[in-house]
Amino acid sequence: MLLVSVMWNRYHIWPSQSTTLTSGAANEPDQPPGGLPMTATLAAPSATDPAPTPVKVKKPRKYNRNEAIAGYLFITPWLIGFLIFTLGAMIYSLVISFSHYQLATNTSRPAGLSNYQALLEDPKVLISLGNTLFYAVLAVPLEIIFALFLASLLNRVGKGAGIFRTLYYLPKMTPAVATASVFFLLLNGNQGAINKGLAVFGIQGPQWLLDPNWVKPSIVLMTLWGVSGTMVIFLAALKNVPRDLYEVAEIDGAGPIRRFWSITLPMISGSLFFNVIVLTIAALQTFDQAYLLFYRDQVQGASDSSLFYAVYLFQQAFRQFNFGFAAAMAWLIFVIIMLISLIQVKVGNRFVYYESER
Amino acid sequence: MTVDVSAAGPIVSTAGKAEPSIRKAPPRIGSRIGAVVRWALLILFSLLFLYPFAWLLAASFKPRGQVFDNALIPQTFQPQNYADVWAELPLVNWVGNSLLIAILAAGFVTVSSSLVAWGFAYYRFPGRTALFGVVLATMMLPGAVTLVPQYLIWNNLHLVGTNIPLWGMNLFGSAFYIFLQRQFFLGLPRETFEAARVDGVGHWGMFWRMVFPLSIPSFIIVFLFEFQASWNNLQAGLIYLNAGSETGYTVPLGIASAMTRYSPTNGGHGDYQFVMVAALLVTLPMLILFAFGQRYFIEGVATQGRKG
Repeated sequence: MLLVSVMWNRYHIWPSQSTTLTSGAANEPDQPPGGLPMTATLAAPSATDPAPTPVKVKKPRKYNRNEAIAGYLFITPWLIGFLIFTLGAMIYSLVISFSHYQLATNTSRPAGLSNYQALLEDPKVLISLGNTLFYAVLAVPLEIIFALFLASLLNRVGKGAGIFRTLYYLPKMTPAVATASVFFLLLNGNQGAINKGLAVFGIQGPQWLLDPNWVKPSIVLMTLWGVSGTMVIFLAALKNVPRDLYEVAEIDGAGPIRRFWSITLPMISGSLFFNVIVLTIAALQTFDQAYLLFYRDQVQGASDSSLFYAVYLFQQAFRQFNFGFAAAMAWLIFVIIMLISLIQVKVGNRFVYYESER
Repeated sequence: MTVDVSAAGPIVSTAGKAEPSIRKAPPRIGSRIGAVVRWALLILFSLLFLYPFAWLLAASFKPRGQVFDNALIPQTFQPQNYADVWAELPLVNWVGNSLLIAILAAGFVTVSSSLVAWGFAYYRFPGRTALFGVVLATMMLPGAVTLVPQYLIWNNLHLVGTNIPLWGMNLFGSAFYIFLQRQFFLGLPRETFEAARVDGVGHWGMFWRMVFPLSIPSFIIVFLFEFQASWNNLQAGLIYLNAGSETGYTVPLGIASAMTRYSPTNGGHGDYQFVMVAALLVTLPMLILFAFGQRYFIEGVATQGRKG
């Protein structure tokens, strides 16, 4: 979601939105909004009395008191929620990370830096962080390539693409718990359908869920099955690429690969960038699949190779009730996600082609 | 380059009808082959995407010993699973709990986010830009950071173990939906509302009698998105309901517990056919929801990347 704000800054949508709004509305005075009928009572006043108050195209820094109060009242729910459950919670979280919290007695005593020190001393923090980063590095590019490939296919087909898009989207609608329960059996090393299918081609499939090397790829496989959300975003972007660009390129003798690199990729670089950032953030917070496949059992210890950061944080917080430690873990991943996003934005800004800058 | 107003009109479903093909010249041999390859790939991927569903459907009709046999047509057809599962697992409770939570969560977040979004979209007040920047910023916040303190807040209110923490925060709007709704509202004709204000229409009345009817599609998008998110939410159940009795579980929590219960490593007998039946039964509402609201889901997802 980082991209949203980044892009918004670049497009300067919200800082200047008051002008955009009024001018946008003025450009199409007689066009009913989005094809929806305006009721007669609504349309009447604007038609019969032509603006007793002059239309203000731009009125910076002057607020109507009544309107301003109404505005504040409308945003009050968010304001309260933000102050308590976001800002308040963040401050609370920071405080907890510097204390030893006892749930039973609901008391805490200051811990100084010891929670953070414990982070460094607990090898599982580093292991889970490594696993999570490894998974992200593996999953995100594969998701991007696969989603873009599917979207291009759908985009080229024209008639009939709708039905395929629907089919491809179904996994996205499937609850993670159902996906996991099926893949749990599909990925079974001995009897699972995936290895049976590989055996047809003479390939000896790995022990997906047991072999430490294959644990993360098996989660990648599950993620790829539900890649259609990313695909839909790409599909929308591909539809916006002007056709004439391709035709001009074709006349100039550019082949399909050249057209892809020189036209498609630059034209959809915005969504590409968006998807990379969103998928990376999601990958770094992977919880459901890893938990369902490997950590449902509190009895059975899964191998360390399946320990994802979010799972370990969850265990520390809600199974061990080490709230201070868990809060410190949360801040560590927060900083890491911010850093990674920042790097992606820096790199992305060099390559992303923004139409508004044309 | 502002908001896509067309979202207000007939939402989506344009995928089928691609741009009217400009070159209608007879296709060359090469492109004919290309088309065949594309169709073959599309069908191949369809089979890959659908296979787990077919597998699940088949497994749900199999007796215990055959769940693993990968046959898409069960050797022994055992529809009895569908009758037995209700006695095996408190599915009715799980579905009831999840349904209630999902409806409350989606209903509350739709109303609250829309109100907030309207405040940001229409009214001008000091600090609006900065505050909306804060809304956007909270979208980037990893959930982990507020996980523990939010639990402690609910714990201090003695509400852990009830389902209130699973929908309570939705009363205060959600950044992503506020963003989405505001985008939509910005596409509405401002002058209409200004005229109505001059005409003496109140703020509250204007929202419900003018903004809401004009924005029903985007309200539906938000509702459906949150309904799905709530229905699938495993982690909140694990945190707030896990310690309670099994009948208080949500669907994801219940199925996760069933997977564990039937696992031979936990002394179960591997009755995975019941898990399969349950998994199918809880997926079905989502598929039905998608059947009716497909265009809203696709539009909603596409909107996320629209600026890109």
